[in-house]
Amino acid sequence: MSTTKKATIVHTPSFMDGDEFRVPIFKLLKQDGTTYKNAKLPDLDRDKALRIYRAMLFTRVLDERMLAAQRQGRLSFYMQCTGEEASIVGSAAALADEDMIMAQYREQGALAYRGFEVDEFMNQLFGNDRDYGKGRQMPVHYGSEKLHYMTISSPLATQIPQATGYAYGQKMAGQGHCTITIFGEGAASEGDFHAALNMASVHQVPVIFLCRNNGYAISTPAHEQFSADGIAPRAFGYHMKVIRVDGNDILAVYQAAAKAREWAVENNKPVLIEAMTYRLAAHSSSDDPSGYRSKKEEEAWRDKDPVRRMRLWLESKGWWSEDDEKQEQELRRREVLEAMKRAEKRPPPDLETLIGDVYETPTAQLVEQLEQLKAHIRKYPEAYPKGAKSLDAAKEGNENA
Amino acid sequence: MPDMNMLKAINNALDTAMAADDKVICFGEDVGVFGGVFRATSHLQEKYGRARCFNTPLVEQGIVGFANGLAAQGSKPVAEIQFADYIFPAFDQIVNETAKFRYRSGNLFNVGGLTIRTPYGGGISGGLYHSQSPEAYFAHTPGLKIVVPRNPHQAKGLLLAAIRDPDPVLFFEPKRLYRASTGEVPEEDYQLPLGEAEVTKEGDDITLLAWGAQMEMVEKAAELAEKEGISCEIIDLRTIVPWDVETVVESVLKTGRLLVTHEAPLTGGFAGEIAATIQQRCFLYLESPIARVTGLDTPFPLTLEKEYMPDHLKIFEAIKQSIDY
Repeated sequence: MSTTKKATIVHTPSFMDGDEFRVPIFKLLKQDGTTYKNAKLPDLDRDKALRIYRAMLFTRVLDERMLAAQRQGRLSFYMQCTGEEASIVGSAAALADEDMIMAQYREQGALAYRGFEVDEFMNQLFGNDRDYGKGRQMPVHYGSEKLHYMTISSPLATQIPQATGYAYGQKMAGQGHCTITIFGEGAASEGDFHAALNMASVHQVPVIFLCRNNGYAISTPAHEQFSADGIAPRAFGYHMKVIRVDGNDILAVYQAAAKAREWAVENNKPVLIEAMTYRLAAHSSSDDPSGYRSKKEEEAWRDKDPVRRMRLWLESKGWWSEDDEKQEQELRRREVLEAMKRAEKRPPPDLETLIGDVYETPTAQLVEQLEQLKAHIRKYPEAYPKGAKSLDAAKEGNENA
Repeated sequence: MPDMNMLKAINNALDTAMAADDKVICFGEDVGVFGGVFRATSHLQEKYGRARCFNTPLVEQGIVGFANGLAAQGSKPVAEIQFADYIFPAFDQIVNETAKFRYRSGNLFNVGGLTIRTPYGGGISGGLYHSQSPEAYFAHTPGLKIVVPRNPHQAKGLLLAAIRDPDPVLFFEPKRLYRASTGEVPEEDYQLPLGEAEVTKEGDDITLLAWGAQMEMVEKAAELAEKEGISCEIIDLRTIVPWDVETVVESVLKTGRLLVTHEAPLTGGFAGEIAATIQQRCFLYLESPIARVTGLDTPFPLTLEKEYMPDHLKIFEAIKQSIDY
């Protein structure tokens, strides 16, 4: 049971600083779309490669259109995945579709890969009556039970120990599933991160911890977040396998995640992956990176764009062309715009949803509070247009019945 | 029917729940081989194996985070926090995660299977970090249920109900009574309803409302009052959230007086919430102001614990003041 090895005894005071454990970066694909000599490529067939690329491209298009919609005042808030698509989609693609994904907030690429439909994205973003979350959370807080994608929660890092617990349940169920949890290098400073890794290692749980080290936590650069060699060496302290990967290299991410999954499920053990990438976009639509980083730095990373890198590789394989690219982009843009129009027009969630799902069944107190609120809204309908509309609709429904 | 103390009753409830349902999993600091520092989980690991009853590392936020995930997956975790005083590292996981899991996902996901057990309260010379009663912090968070038993029979029936309830439950155990309170407890599986108060003694002149360890104080105070010809009605609230307003209202409409007592400090304590609701519902029937007998607005003391505690004499005095108002 114990992994403690017999200690070596020394007779001079010998301090260690961890530099003997510098973690290398795993890369397969160069920026021009060619692969490194001697690189052993993952087994990725045409269909799967295109499924990955289409999800990456869709994510890019969605992010561009929705940020523009936010700027036009059509949407209250938005967060882009831009620059990190390979880390997110590549890792999701390496999993079984039944594996649980517990993400932070800018991982919409994973949902797109799993097949979340454009209308499902839009209904959440606009918080309308078809939003699975019933209009309760800010935009980008997606969730899908059928796609095994845990609903996003704003507090950082809370999902990490939850992933350990979820994976423990999967281990108990014995169906060979695992959980991946995704978080930024900033969130890895939270206590929840350390609790999660330690417990996963102690309790031997099939969970993959994917840290997307994108350089910034809002404005705080990574070198002000930690002084060590990134996040990866922390795995040693928890006796956990770790790999650091070029997060903009779709082939490396996919292969690393596939091997991590295999290891995790076969051995009921956790794995840490640190994906080195860059948040090309602002933290959110409320953020302006020009205050804390240079255009030059951004340009240097734009040259390492993961979407273009994959596209060049696909073209070199003859699986994708200029025409395909154009058609796909146009198609997805049109889909997003049309879905946005549909979602915007839909009514808000019913007033009843205010008290729903707090408990499985609303308490007497909640029922009473809702009745008082309804009476108040009926008195001042102009002041509460959404609630008033919902009451009117309910009344009409009753009369028709 | 065997006699049990409260710890035995809790242990028996956990045993009953684990035997009935493979999905019930117990864990926390020292709960494995050792059976918990109070022995509430004695022999469970022996009986159900390390996978279903185990020690965790010493990290409360991890314990509850893990429990949230496990509950979301469909298991029924019963997580122990060794003392309620040490629940605060897990505050974020409880308040922002446990309580909002169902709501924020529109019921796609929930952690209804989760029960968090934790010993609370004073009277054991535990000083400021082994005596607190933090129920009011959690009562302010919609989405949690909060339950406090007063004796072994209640502890078993309420804990079984908490484990099987479709919402997450915080189960505060009055540790002063762990061994001090004994009584008959059925061997079989039974549940007591959550959200329902219990009138434990009927009376006409004043309603005394408490929960957990304070029930004993209230009973003693009522005995003193009865000797002076004051007829007391006693109610055990049992569930703090959602609390049984109707039972308390019905009683106060009859007696015209209400006294609420808890060990937690006065300011922001749950008695304030009860007082506000009852004056709203029973305003014209009240013969005197609603009395609160509580701990002081200080950290919990050590040497002067007896002075701090809202004991039967303080309650007795407050009863007389209410009657003589």
